Amino acid sequence: MANHPPEIDAATGRSTTGHEWDGIKELNSPLPKWWLYVFYATIVWSIGYWIVYPAWPLVTGYTKGLFGYSSRESVVVELDALKALRASRSTALASASLEDIQRNPDLLTFALAQGKAAFGDNCAPCHGLSATGARGFPNLRDDTWLWGGSLAEIRQTIAHGVRTGDDRSRQGSMPALGGPNGVLKRDEVITVANYVRSLAGLSVRQGTDLAKGKELFETNCVACHGADGRGNRELGAANLTSANWVYGSDEATIVETINNGRGGVMPGWTGRLDDTTVKALTIYVHALGGGQ
Amino acid sequence: MQKSASLSETTVPSPDDEPLYVGGPRIYQQSVKGRLRTIKWAVLFVCLGVYYFLPFVRWYRGPNQPDQAVLVDLANNRFYFFFIEIWPQEVYYFTGLLVLASLILFLSNAVAGRVWCGYLCPQTVWTDLFMTVERWIEGDRRERMLADARPMTAAKFGRLALKHFVWLMIAWWTGGAWVLYFADAPTLVKDLATFQAPMIAYVWIAILTFTTYALAGLMREQVCLYMCPWPRIQAALTDQYALNVTYRYDRGEPRMSVKSAAKARAAEEPAGDCIDCRQCVVVCPTGVDIRDGSQMGCIQCGLCIDACNTVMTKVNRPLGLIAYDNDVNITRRAEGLEETYPIVRSRTVLYVAMIALVGLAMLYGLMTRSFTDLSVLHDRNPLFVQLSDGSVRNSYTVRLLNKRPLHRIFVLAVDGLPQARATAVGIPNTEIGWPLIEVAPDATREVIVHVTAPNAASLPASTDVTFRITELGSGERVSSRDHFIAR
Repeated sequence: MANHPPEIDAATGRSTTGHEWDGIKELNSPLPKWWLYVFYATIVWSIGYWIVYPAWPLVTGYTKGLFGYSSRESVVVELDALKALRASRSTALASASLEDIQRNPDLLTFALAQGKAAFGDNCAPCHGLSATGARGFPNLRDDTWLWGGSLAEIRQTIAHGVRTGDDRSRQGSMPALGGPNGVLKRDEVITVANYVRSLAGLSVRQGTDLAKGKELFETNCVACHGADGRGNRELGAANLTSANWVYGSDEATIVETINNGRGGVMPGWTGRLDDTTVKALTIYVHALGGGQ
Repeated sequence: MQKSASLSETTVPSPDDEPLYVGGPRIYQQSVKGRLRTIKWAVLFVCLGVYYFLPFVRWYRGPNQPDQAVLVDLANNRFYFFFIEIWPQEVYYFTGLLVLASLILFLSNAVAGRVWCGYLCPQTVWTDLFMTVERWIEGDRRERMLADARPMTAAKFGRLALKHFVWLMIAWWTGGAWVLYFADAPTLVKDLATFQAPMIAYVWIAILTFTTYALAGLMREQVCLYMCPWPRIQAALTDQYALNVTYRYDRGEPRMSVKSAAKARAAEEPAGDCIDCRQCVVVCPTGVDIRDGSQMGCIQCGLCIDACNTVMTKVNRPLGLIAYDNDVNITRRAEGLEETYPIVRSRTVLYVAMIALVGLAMLYGLMTRSFTDLSVLHDRNPLFVQLSDGSVRNSYTVRLLNKRPLHRIFVLAVDGLPQARATAVGIPNTEIGWPLIEVAPDATREVIVHVTAPNAASLPASTDVTFRITELGSGERVSSRDHFIAR
């Protein structure tokens, strides 16, 4: 081929590749030179890339490259830079008291932003992104608190959790009062459940003996929930006069609660979150509206 | 042999093989003196003077406030222009300014054609400056043409190198002045000199150095001919009464030499004043021949008027063979009618009225501009929260804006809900029951506000409420409307 001058196509004046099918010849249409040279340049470039950057997988690792670049390390560097950027405020947040953080607009904004992020990562799965909770998971925006809604109380609940086994965790649970081995019979459970509904101003099943219910309540419930039914935050006993219920206020749910008891668990966050984050979360939860 | 014959037959280039772009002819502009050239010099000095030195003008605004008269403070979201300070949400003042600028451009076009192109456009001003530098270093038209035709010598190379160096210096200063509008100028100059300025400043200087050098030094009239949209729009906006740089062909034709014209006049034959000296062509910065009539290449700088007047003086003919004139007068003169220059026409009146309207609207906006603002955003999730006693709480994100350079304290109150209480996170409530919110000078403050209505059952699902902030002392108040959701 190389010895022959290229054949010229008469119609277009262009050379052909010499390939012919049934009398049809293929014109020689080479790639544009600039394209070809850019392509060669990328090949040369890729060889340089293999040498200086991590490229080839090996059996137990990979070629590291002369530059020693590592995307993981660069993330660490960026995180360190972010920490350094936040250092002055983080230090202030770590050392300031919760009340002082609330009074300082700059620190408050910082704590709320941090708290919001931490809440989304750690608390939202149970309490919801809007912190309005779900059945069995308290709404953090209202003013009904099982364990207290002051800054210090919120902080302790977050740090040590509820019924976790941690020494400083919130303790005390609703015991099971009904069932075959329970102290209350089936009809007694229904009676006291209706009495509890009456405390909250809810409707009562017709024919319920409320006096009997009051008697049963005073015998079995007042130790924790108090004579007026307003509960006890030391023990996590719910306020039964509130319009807000963790598990629900219908008769069936209350009967279920009395029969089987309740013992919801919230994990303690000490050890998983640093103290500053717990503080930021406390400030954030307190600012949601329920803070006392 | 047969092959080569067929080759020669088929190598005639088809129209498709011609290049799509043909480079413009090189233009060697000749220097010129005259009244319009003087005006152009004055405009050039004023415009460049303002551009290069305005960032250094100081304007005291109070402590902790920048004292640069014109400053675009992107980092802090503020724009300062002498006594005006604009916040990002007031960017509509810029829109007004742009509307005003375009209307003034339309008015100038209705009165005197492309006066913007000829005198004020940055492309014209910088190209003029670059051409002047070229003339100083390489000599006038004739010398430059001769030098370009000769082979390269050390002296010629030196002159070329010097020219490009001076061009780059001007371009560099242009980019440098640009970044000074975005930071405190004296500080930035010091930082730039000691290589401590932010990278973005160097990048912008580099970009503008390149664009200035390329546009004013290398591309010149190509920008006007191929890149600029204004000549196209302008042609659609103009009319027959607009003053344009015009060759009065009724006076100039037929062209002939001075001697032939004298003979023709003596014989009472038609004789034009144009002696075809081509001075109007050689002084043109875009290389057009104005005698071909109004055309897109003509930026109407009027240098051909100066050149022609110089020649007319020499040949002892009346001035103004090329002059600012309109299309109507050519025909009117031919018909023996008097020339007419109506400035007051429906379109100029309309433009002036629109300029006055927009200007007054902007002035009114600036005069009655509030130095306090309030924006309220209702929480979307949840819309409301029920409390233990059956009352309902709504939460809002409230932002207070303080545009004065002073600490100010506002009382935040909510109207429209009887017995409602408002609390702001982190702010103790006052005896009057409403929070007092302090806002730093020239700053905004965002607070979370919880509004609680006790008698929620009697409320409709949604109630209109008004958030009101009142400054302690001055009593200045601003309000914003929102809703209270009860169920």
